[in-house]
Amino acid sequence: MTDQTPALRLEGIVKTFPGVRALDGVSFTVMPGEVHALMGENGAGKSTLMKVLGGIYDPDEGQIFIAEQPAVMTSPIEAKAKGVVFIHQELSLADELSVAENIFLGELPRKSLGRVDWGKLYADTDAILKTLNVGFNAKTRVGDLSIANQQMVEIARALTVDPRAVIFDEPTASLTDAEKVVLFEVISDLQSRGVGVIYISHRMEEIFKITDRISVLRDGQYRGTLNTAETNEEEVTQLMIGRKLDLSRNEATHEMGEVALEVRNLSCGDLFHDVSFTVRRGEVLGFYGLVGAGRTEIAETLFGLRDPSAGQILLDGEEVRITSPQDAIRRGISLVPEDRKGQGLILGMNCRDNMTLPQVDDMTAGPFVSDGAEVAIFDQYRDKLDIRTPGWRQLVGNLSGGNQQKIVIGKWLSMHPEVLIVDEPTRGIDVGSKSEIHNLIRDLASQGYAVIVISSEMPEVLHVSDRIVAMFSGRVMREFTAEEVTEDSLIQAISGLTGSGAQVA
Amino acid sequence: MNSETRGNLIKQGAIWAFIVVELLFFSIAGEYLSVSDKAFMDFDNMLLLLKQSAPIGIIALGMTIIMINGNIDLSVGATFALSAIVLLDSMTWPFMAGLGDWAIPLAWGLALLTGVVLGAINGLIVWKTGVDAFIVTLGSMLGYRGLVFMYNGEQPTSHLNWTLVDFAEAQFLGLHTATWFLLVAALLLWLLMTKTIHGRNAYAIGNNREAAVNAGIRVGPHFLWNFMLIGFLASLSAVVFYSESGSVNPNDGMLYELWAITAVVLGGTKLTGGYGSIVSTLGGVIAIQLLRKGLGHIGADTETVNLVIGLILIAVLFLDRQLNRKGKEELKI
Repeated sequence: MTDQTPALRLEGIVKTFPGVRALDGVSFTVMPGEVHALMGENGAGKSTLMKVLGGIYDPDEGQIFIAEQPAVMTSPIEAKAKGVVFIHQELSLADELSVAENIFLGELPRKSLGRVDWGKLYADTDAILKTLNVGFNAKTRVGDLSIANQQMVEIARALTVDPRAVIFDEPTASLTDAEKVVLFEVISDLQSRGVGVIYISHRMEEIFKITDRISVLRDGQYRGTLNTAETNEEEVTQLMIGRKLDLSRNEATHEMGEVALEVRNLSCGDLFHDVSFTVRRGEVLGFYGLVGAGRTEIAETLFGLRDPSAGQILLDGEEVRITSPQDAIRRGISLVPEDRKGQGLILGMNCRDNMTLPQVDDMTAGPFVSDGAEVAIFDQYRDKLDIRTPGWRQLVGNLSGGNQQKIVIGKWLSMHPEVLIVDEPTRGIDVGSKSEIHNLIRDLASQGYAVIVISSEMPEVLHVSDRIVAMFSGRVMREFTAEEVTEDSLIQAISGLTGSGAQVA
Repeated sequence: MNSETRGNLIKQGAIWAFIVVELLFFSIAGEYLSVSDKAFMDFDNMLLLLKQSAPIGIIALGMTIIMINGNIDLSVGATFALSAIVLLDSMTWPFMAGLGDWAIPLAWGLALLTGVVLGAINGLIVWKTGVDAFIVTLGSMLGYRGLVFMYNGEQPTSHLNWTLVDFAEAQFLGLHTATWFLLVAALLLWLLMTKTIHGRNAYAIGNNREAAVNAGIRVGPHFLWNFMLIGFLASLSAVVFYSESGSVNPNDGMLYELWAITAVVLGGTKLTGGYGSIVSTLGGVIAIQLLRKGLGHIGADTETVNLVIGLILIAVLFLDRQLNRKGKEELKI
């Protein structure tokens, strides 16, 4: 590999924004036929670097080389023409158009008078699809495809040019295990054609499975490149955050109280079936499973956003019907939703108003909202949760992910709930703030809250939970205590390979 | 002052700066081009301008709230006309004649009730069906206008009550009755939007409806209240205007919804909801009226006036977009 020409080389890239040095002399090299992981915390500069590479940002200093030829990227179109193609995490496809039209979008083959050459379009598309070994054809409507197949369309789009480098940005975020296998095959196929692959992901197991080398960014600076075969997760993490991360197993440090919430044989249409569990005060109950296993839907049902089709919900031993979020909140159930920005926060509002949103009804002086009472609540929970913001007037959209999450959590704590449900507590939050949120969750349990944590990250579930419910395809497969759980048994349970009596439909 | 609040002040101040520029421009241009020899910035002229701003202004205040809430109401022009008919026609009803001047508050009440009911119909449909407010009120715009024509065909509905005319033409502390209605409505709605729970929740819903639901806010009732409010304001606008004029044509109030939206948008309220201010809308209303009067003052005809207002609206929004764009990240189209 050493005497080859690099497919792509970045040399001393610097990019500054007002007040921030987002990239500080980053250099890195991708060889043809190599899968090169790019890792770093959120805010480390990965996406800025990719935007420089894709022609969305102009670098202040530094140079991009493609096959050792200096290249200036001024737009994504130009980047693609030069053989640098991106497969983004968020797919950008036109649902109503066919696979072929999507693949050649903007470059449809033409006949005279501006007519589309449909014959050539479909033939070219089928030729590309054949190399990808997919189960759909050129005329399929993209909206009818699964997410994984839509991603294949994106990849097919990349192959319309002869790419030198393909950048995958968190490609497995919404894929099932089987779909991942297909994706990895495609990547190894690209590799064998001599394409350089940049693979951006937070998922260590994937990184160690498919990449050859790992480059790490921290605070906009290049921190080194490791050979995947010669390193381990611990070393990479340390490089990413500059210190060791505590992800040891949780040990119960306090007494558990009474059962706060009990769910019996709860079902909701096709989303989940026959789910039963209990949560005690002072306990963290973890829900682990793949995306689509029905975990979020259970949380939404408990919060009154969905009506269950069968089963019972008991609060403090009494059966309740939860008809709406207001109802849930009144009964002491709170939900910190999965999509913090989309479902949890009013981004255009300030920190204080976001925090007091559910209880502002009770904070009036005459006909008007009482400013003083609101500020008092905000100050109390800012101190309690250590929320770092210049002041309550700051728009919540300007805070970091970790501080935003604390605002959402503070919003509910100020309502003094009985049961706190936290869906994906650290999604999109950088590694450093993650442990803060984890400690906070443990802390809340020790103060006597009953906490349910839903997570797709195994280390997180193992770290914070007293007990873990493993779900697969809408069913509870098994319940583990923190003492008995092992990574293997957990993976088996959520893949539907095992179950304590429960049969997979 | 931190940069956030300073940025907000600049945004909210922009419309007033624009008004100052208009005043200067028309005063100077008027010196050379004016067809009359009165100065543009004549005090009486300015008072009249405020009075003339009132009908669309009062509606625009309601439209601001509807738009902050994340909706739109296209039916206000028709509501305006129908309320006007109820106002004038009810005073001719036989039993009303026996009430003497007490017929006036009753007629007002009936007209205002009409607006509230029409608004409530919009609000209930938006709430209960979940159909987009644009579509719902597009439908009710046609429907309510149909009711206007059913009432009296193509004929105007007229009734002059001199007590009413005297009231409408009165001036208190120099300001006309209509101006007082505009300013008091603006003050009350400003308090509603900035100081009350309803206002806070309206912003929250407009900014992120899903997060508002997740915070336990009942979105539907807020929608309903706001549609009733704008219905009330559309009929209030009719009450103020027709108390003086005493005659309503079935086509009256047409395009008022678009003029109101123009004023609201010029004032900086976002079409997508969650951001905007009552005070800035007042600025938007005055700016448009100034343009109309000012262009008339320097001799432009109505067609030219509309063309210029259209161009300025687009130019202002383009400028706003340029100033608020976040780097190069936005898609180029």
